[in-house]
Amino acid sequence: MKVGLFIPCYIEQCYPQVGLAMIDVLQSLGVEPVIPEKQTCCGQPMFNTGCVTETEKLAIKFYGDFKDYDYIVAPSGSCVHMVRHGYNQFFRSNPDFIRMQAATYEFCEFIHDVLNVRSIAGTFPHKVGFHKSCHGLRGLRLEPASERNLVEPSKAQSLVEQLIGIEIVTLERSDECCGFGGTFSVFEKELSIFMGQDRLRDHQQAGAEIITGYDTSCLMHMEGILKSNNLDLKTMHVAEILSEAIS
Amino acid sequence: MSSHAKEAAAFLADEERVHWHDQALWFVRQKRDTASKNVPAWEELRETAHQIKMHTLSRLPEYLEAFETKASEKGVHVHYAKTAQDHNETILKILNSHNVKRVVKSKSMLTEECGLNHFIEKKGIEIIDTDLGERIVQLLEEPPSHIVLPAIHRKKEEVGELFHKHLHTEKGASDPTYLTQAARKHLRERFLAGEAGITGVNFAVAETGGITIVTNEGNADLGNSLPPLHIASMGFDKIIPRAKDLAVFISLLARSATGQPITTYTSHLAGPRPGQEMHIIIVDNGRSEILQKEKFRKTLCCIRCGACLNTCPVYRRTGGYSYKFVIPGPLGTVLAPHKDLKKHKSLPYACTLCESCSDVCPVKVDLHQQIIEWRAEIDKQGQLGLIKKAAMWGTTYLFKHPKLYRTLGKLGRIFLRAMPARLLNAIPIWGKNRDLPEMPAKSFSALHKKKLKQGGNYGK
Repeated sequence: MKVGLFIPCYIEQCYPQVGLAMIDVLQSLGVEPVIPEKQTCCGQPMFNTGCVTETEKLAIKFYGDFKDYDYIVAPSGSCVHMVRHGYNQFFRSNPDFIRMQAATYEFCEFIHDVLNVRSIAGTFPHKVGFHKSCHGLRGLRLEPASERNLVEPSKAQSLVEQLIGIEIVTLERSDECCGFGGTFSVFEKELSIFMGQDRLRDHQQAGAEIITGYDTSCLMHMEGILKSNNLDLKTMHVAEILSEAIS
Repeated sequence: MSSHAKEAAAFLADEERVHWHDQALWFVRQKRDTASKNVPAWEELRETAHQIKMHTLSRLPEYLEAFETKASEKGVHVHYAKTAQDHNETILKILNSHNVKRVVKSKSMLTEECGLNHFIEKKGIEIIDTDLGERIVQLLEEPPSHIVLPAIHRKKEEVGELFHKHLHTEKGASDPTYLTQAARKHLRERFLAGEAGITGVNFAVAETGGITIVTNEGNADLGNSLPPLHIASMGFDKIIPRAKDLAVFISLLARSATGQPITTYTSHLAGPRPGQEMHIIIVDNGRSEILQKEKFRKTLCCIRCGACLNTCPVYRRTGGYSYKFVIPGPLGTVLAPHKDLKKHKSLPYACTLCESCSDVCPVKVDLHQQIIEWRAEIDKQGQLGLIKKAAMWGTTYLFKHPKLYRTLGKLGRIFLRAMPARLLNAIPIWGKNRDLPEMPAKSFSALHKKKLKQGGNYGK
């Protein structure tokens, strides 16, 4: 099984520990991932701004970087949602491109769907709030969305939930948006921060010490707010928790 | 600053009110969750409703003609109106032919869309909104801020003040029951004096020529049964094929709108009562253009339940007026650009793309997908603005060149690490109250390579 890791731009530049933690966990599960060297960004910022031509260029590049892998795994629900669904308007005549899209998995999803692993042995004695980032939640269905009346598996929270000593706190609003929204966080700054503060309050009131999730971008936004306001909380990607728990 | 952001900033300034507004709507969303989860086949119902609507839209002329024929047979006068102006003039003509001076109207977003009240009032005819929330905003001389809960932005104390001024309730009284009783008395007088009743239409059944109107206050029933003249306005998207399809839509509508299993009143009108004259006006007003645009067509499935507004984290925190369009929230965001893309181009960006609207929608309108489509349309039409366009072009260039990307990333980290954090966060690059991420000394690639060299079995 040839697994290529897709390291989103903000993880490459700002949160390298998330990528390294992901490798730790995958290795513990017997997967030896490869890091394609020329990879950059999937083009989500362009796509979400409406710049289709620019997105297409990066979709071609992404295909070139990853087409030779059986699976492509990324520690970001949002970027995977982009590749799997955002690219849907491109290259419909190329079956290889469509295969590559379908072979792209979010980290927890890969563990659940491909490796068929339902629990990881480890210890993490902390109170944790789980942030269900929207793209992974409603775009990839990593978790059951509160709007729907369906019995669906939890592919991400269930992985950390089973660690020894961990307590997942109950939030007032189980899956509300944190207000990051990519460029939204720049063009609607005040609102974005307001939304983030609301989310953090919910986690705090529920007694969380750590906020985790499968999207570092949302965590980055919430981390920025909690640091600026000196809140006694910290953020960790799911991969970081798992990596620490198994070590 | 884009215009929605500007309007939002004004609303956000009163933090306490924002929390109150957000909580009030979230309460409705929670009620909706509970109600929908009591229906085991909820998701199948949504899909069925979607299929019925899409099917109807694919054979619209057929169903419209059938409806017209059946309704005419029942003695209803059926009119078609291409534009809002046509709609308003048709109504005026009917009112004038009966020499009507006093109209009672129940809730209808279509008449808001057409600006009917203003038009009718200018002609010297009194038009009273009889839905409590609508009456509140009418007395305030404000438009509705929500399509189902028109006065949701006003607190009971404000309504108390308003009623004291207009309905002579006790000063300082804000008890909802007391205020509602006062409104009831005030409206009852208007109902009895009304010479014509105007209502909206929730569903128009092609098979029978009948229409269905749902309310909680019974105001549409008084409005269509007391006066000798009843005019019902509907967008052509209100057509459904069969009477039995109502079972699907009625099951979805109130649960989605307010979390009720059914509204207090669900009235099926099969023509005028003896001695009454009844008119139905079928309005296009831009709908046929939407029908022609494949990417946006599904909007016409909408049954105006307002669930997408209640769930929208942006709408809940910025209020209906921040959208500067007759319909706010996700639905308004996808409708407004059809009217004037340039004017409303900030709306598709007033969205985090959380996709909750699409999941909550009882008829599966692909709202978030359409918001993305509008963004693409904005760029295509050169409306993106130089700054955004240049930023996207520049980053695309960067992402196409891995070496440059890594070098600039490295330089960026060195620069940002050299800057004192306090100074950096004093410039609110990412807003006040939100720090930029702390920069690591090395990138992922660099750290990974280092680990490989150290003999770790990383990335063999």
